[in-house]
Amino acid sequence: MFIFTKLDVPTDNLIEIRDVSFAYRERPILKGINLTMPRGKVIAIMGGSGSGKTTLLRLIGGQLRPDQGEVRVDGKIIHQLKLAELYQMRRKMGMLFQFGALFTDMSVFENVAFQMREHTDLSAEMIHDLVLLKLQAVGLRGAQSLMPHELSGGMARRVALARAIALDPMLIMYDEPFTGLDPISMGVIGNLIRRLTDALGLTSILVTHDIEKSLQIVDYIYFISNGVVEAEGTPDQIRASKLPFVHQFVHAEEDGPVPFHYPAPDYASDLGLSRLP
Amino acid sequence: MKSPKQNIITRIGHGSIDGIWSLGVIARFLMQIVLRSGTSLRRFSLVIREIYASGVRSLIIIVVSGLFVGMVLALQGYQTLETYGSEQSLGILVALSLVRELGPVVSALLFASRAGSAITAEVGLMKTTEQLQAMEMMAVDPVARIVAPRFWGGVISMPLLAAIFSMVGVYGGYLIGVVLLGVDEGAFWSQMQSAVSLRQDVLNGVIKSIVFGFAVTTIALFEGYDSMPTAEGISRATTRTVVNSSLAILALDFVLTAFMFKGM
Repeated sequence: MFIFTKLDVPTDNLIEIRDVSFAYRERPILKGINLTMPRGKVIAIMGGSGSGKTTLLRLIGGQLRPDQGEVRVDGKIIHQLKLAELYQMRRKMGMLFQFGALFTDMSVFENVAFQMREHTDLSAEMIHDLVLLKLQAVGLRGAQSLMPHELSGGMARRVALARAIALDPMLIMYDEPFTGLDPISMGVIGNLIRRLTDALGLTSILVTHDIEKSLQIVDYIYFISNGVVEAEGTPDQIRASKLPFVHQFVHAEEDGPVPFHYPAPDYASDLGLSRLP
Repeated sequence: MKSPKQNIITRIGHGSIDGIWSLGVIARFLMQIVLRSGTSLRRFSLVIREIYASGVRSLIIIVVSGLFVGMVLALQGYQTLETYGSEQSLGILVALSLVRELGPVVSALLFASRAGSAITAEVGLMKTTEQLQAMEMMAVDPVARIVAPRFWGGVISMPLLAAIFSMVGVYGGYLIGVVLLGVDEGAFWSQMQSAVSLRQDVLNGVIKSIVFGFAVTTIALFEGYDSMPTAEGISRATTRTVVNSSLAILALDFVLTAFMFKGM
């Protein structure tokens, strides 16, 4: 007789987040959040500043542990892995940090080659060819000998993208990839994310504020607010949404469910006007 | 409401507990570095790069300072020794002062300001610009890859710099004593040779500089790694590195000297 137990079997969903709560000291950030991310898709996580989007990425990357609930990546509960297993898992992940986080003491070539040198025994020629291949994919083969301080913001992010795909990961997480970019660079990065996801069969998670660009390139969107998923759907569903929160976000309205003002006492009494006769 | 006296006692108590706590944290950090030094040993080129950054790049300040310290020692020593008619012993005075004390201590103080502050700023900036986090996300341990090579680079550089400082200092003393003030060259060198003991003086000086190397590099790395990831955080961390390293050097120097030269 066979006894079936719950096994760590990979499912169609690369990431499953179940009832996850997380607090920085006493400040709750996520309050029992649930998200599912299928393989091969570009998924956006949106929400106001400080809504816990980046925290979510760190939970998926195993940099933080949830206070409650579970984060499954490729069928494994990431916060229960031992350090060696976690590092093994991270070899299958790429992460693009907000400003690229390139290693400033290494050239563009060395930045992209970094993981290959650290984790593989590939020959120098092989690494050379692979790095050029990755740089060609982001259009920066000609910039291989530049140092990070010689790159523009958009170029730095493209190099970081080439570095993130260096070991052909199954998952890439993008932390605010469009911040501070001009419209052309933004378009380039957005299209690269879509193209690389499709061409390499990756899964991409995009944490961003940029609703317009995101609606063009992603397959599914989660809106986070107050530590839970406030709304979700495909770009078309989001555009058609009548939910006040989504409406405010999509139309960039100043005031709405997300208030313009930080909570404060009464304006008049703060100015001392209430004491006047 | 606490009385002012109680307040002072509470503050002293808190200060002591914080101090001991920090010592514990730094000791744990040092242990982590040592335990994760495998990468540095396997890929020694990483350490050599850091020896270049901390050691070779500190050479100019070490050589210039060593030369001037040696020259001043000779000038000051000559005046005093001449009063007793024993200016021939100038070589001993210069060499012993340098090898036992000034070489290790002054070069460590210079090393803390030149290389220690640079290490703190570099590691702190790496943290601020998320480079350390990026490395962690690439399954590369930043302590093994970034911290440990810098640690060993500093620990290896420090005694070499102290030795160079003493050597140049002795030469500075020779220039002033023999070339300028006319002390007999033979007496200068031979008295120095007979009075300086390899074990008592040179070896103890080397031990001191190794201990200072451990202290300065650990403090510099810890402050960088532990810094607040902001511009102000890095500036504070860099200041703390220089201040704490200098205090640690002076305190350790006293303790080591007390142990080494007791009864002499």
